[in-house]
Amino acid sequence: MSHHNDSAKFLVGVYDDDEVVLKAVTEVKSAGVRIHEVYTPFPIHGLDVALGHPRTRIGIAAFLFGLTGFLTMVSLTFYTMGYDWPMIIGGKDNYAYPAYVPVMFELTVLFTALGMVGTFLVSNGLGPTTKPLMFDLRSTDNKFVMAIDLGKNKKTEAEIATVLRASGAAEVNVKQF
Amino acid sequence: MAHTHSIASVDEQFEFTAESKRRLTIGIVAGVVLVGIGAYLAAKGIGGHEHAEAAHGAAAHGEAAHGAAAAHGEATHAAGGHHEYKWTTRLWANVWVNTIYFTGAAVIGMFFVAYNYLAQAGWSAVFKRIPEALPAFLPVTGVIALITFFVAGHDLFHWTHEGLYEVGGPEYDPIIAGKSGFLNTPFFLIRLVFYFVSWYLLWRIVRKFSLQEDLEGGTEYYEKSIKYSTAFLVVFAVTSSTSAWDLIMSIDTHWFSTMFGWYTLASWHVTGLAIITLTVVSLKEQGYLKAVNDSHLHDLGKFMFAFSIFWAYVWFAQFMLIYYANLPEETIYYRERFSGYGGIYKAPFWINIFMCFVFPFLVLMTRDAKRTPIILKIACWGILVGHYFDFYNNIMPGTVGEHGGWGPMEFGMILIFACAFIWSVSVQLTKANLIPKNHPMLEESLHHDI
Repeated sequence: MSHHNDSAKFLVGVYDDDEVVLKAVTEVKSAGVRIHEVYTPFPIHGLDVALGHPRTRIGIAAFLFGLTGFLTMVSLTFYTMGYDWPMIIGGKDNYAYPAYVPVMFELTVLFTALGMVGTFLVSNGLGPTTKPLMFDLRSTDNKFVMAIDLGKNKKTEAEIATVLRASGAAEVNVKQF
Repeated sequence: MAHTHSIASVDEQFEFTAESKRRLTIGIVAGVVLVGIGAYLAAKGIGGHEHAEAAHGAAAHGEAAHGAAAAHGEATHAAGGHHEYKWTTRLWANVWVNTIYFTGAAVIGMFFVAYNYLAQAGWSAVFKRIPEALPAFLPVTGVIALITFFVAGHDLFHWTHEGLYEVGGPEYDPIIAGKSGFLNTPFFLIRLVFYFVSWYLLWRIVRKFSLQEDLEGGTEYYEKSIKYSTAFLVVFAVTSSTSAWDLIMSIDTHWFSTMFGWYTLASWHVTGLAIITLTVVSLKEQGYLKAVNDSHLHDLGKFMFAFSIFWAYVWFAQFMLIYYANLPEETIYYRERFSGYGGIYKAPFWINIFMCFVFPFLVLMTRDAKRTPIILKIACWGILVGHYFDFYNNIMPGTVGEHGGWGPMEFGMILIFACAFIWSVSVQLTKANLIPKNHPMLEESLHHDI
């Protein structure tokens, strides 16, 4: 998504209703048209299933970021406080692990949070250098937008436009990036 | 796709079968037999006592055990005023552990119903009858609590000894005497009765609305339920803390923790959630609650996961401050449990932390786990066992100390209480349609999809 070629040409179906676009996804797919993505002003239950998107791996990413943060702080506390420069603080052991738990927790959360912000920007093509694909600005307001990448479909532009209209699209526009 | 889901019928009548009744009766009888065996062993001095003696003899443990025992003597048994240990103390302490555990399980049913009403939550409507069925057990535990306090109050609660408050007397304890404004028998009894009566009555009201709504429909009962649920939450906000002080924390009279109310609420809450989840999954397996889908299970799993973490957070917050401040009058509480009494509470201590935090945290982390009934059940059992040991650990060291242990008496007592609890819940479930068919939020709940 973030690495599209500059001459991509898309057909954009604009729908008025969430129920219609949800049904349209199945119809357009069964007509043999490959859907690039659907953009909606609010989440629609079952849309991801209908589009056939693979299950998100965001949980795995979060877990790995968290684990990295946790292990970073485990290493840092045990190395500095216990091994490299042991100090007796409050009469506790050098390896006073209960005292390290809060900071281990903090770093787990911090790494997860920052990691997820990064993941969000990258996976949505919103990084500082990437140019986001905006098919129709109204998809942030009241319209439901289905984008078809013409370069990745065998059917002609006219054929696809017919399929989109038949599925309930109020408008069909061409978008060139 | 959500909108194409076929929704199962909402007309379901739970049947409390003769077979279930037979099994529960066998369970209760077996429990009574086990308690009898345990009582016989305890009266003969076999079991916990032996443990403690063996450990006292061991040089390695000697220092820690004696140190803790000595300090404990000072903390809980004022010099010279302590009467002989009776084996019945262990029996009553067991009754008390289970009373607290199942009181929590019962009242959390109302807590769950109440905050779902207050938040006007829709998703939980379909299985609302399950949490709603739990608080019927409150009168049972309430009466048992009163009986236990009258019969064995002096054995379980050190602060009930009158000599502690006689200025200049041989047993005079200025610290405990300083708490007598709150911790005195009449006020304690008033509070004890108030907890059970207020929780039970507010539940009865909301329950009545719920059953009435089934017959008449409309939103009138829903609106009223929100009001009374709010009242319950206001009452419970205070009483959940004070009951934790009274029922558990006052056993170790010298010691106190400002986290204790939350800590007990967290423990009760996640126990109740595990019981609700386990009941929903079991009923589903028996062919009931067909309208409960993966998303409901997922949310219940999230609930248990989140509140296991919350419990661990509160547990650690309490432990951490005491560990770091290292004040003798505070650390004694953990020393008794961790290394005191010959280390007999060390295993329950670690089982508690492992089963209440590490186990549910790892098992319930993934999305698939929360949607798989068998994994949910395993997690529920882990949580239930873990939180039993939570209350065991909070109550036993202060009441029976070195005479504690885990044997037939403990297991039998759980069996009796658990079977009686299941019986009570089953009876409540038969009293109405298993799905509240006129609940205004039912439609939302049936289409719950996450």
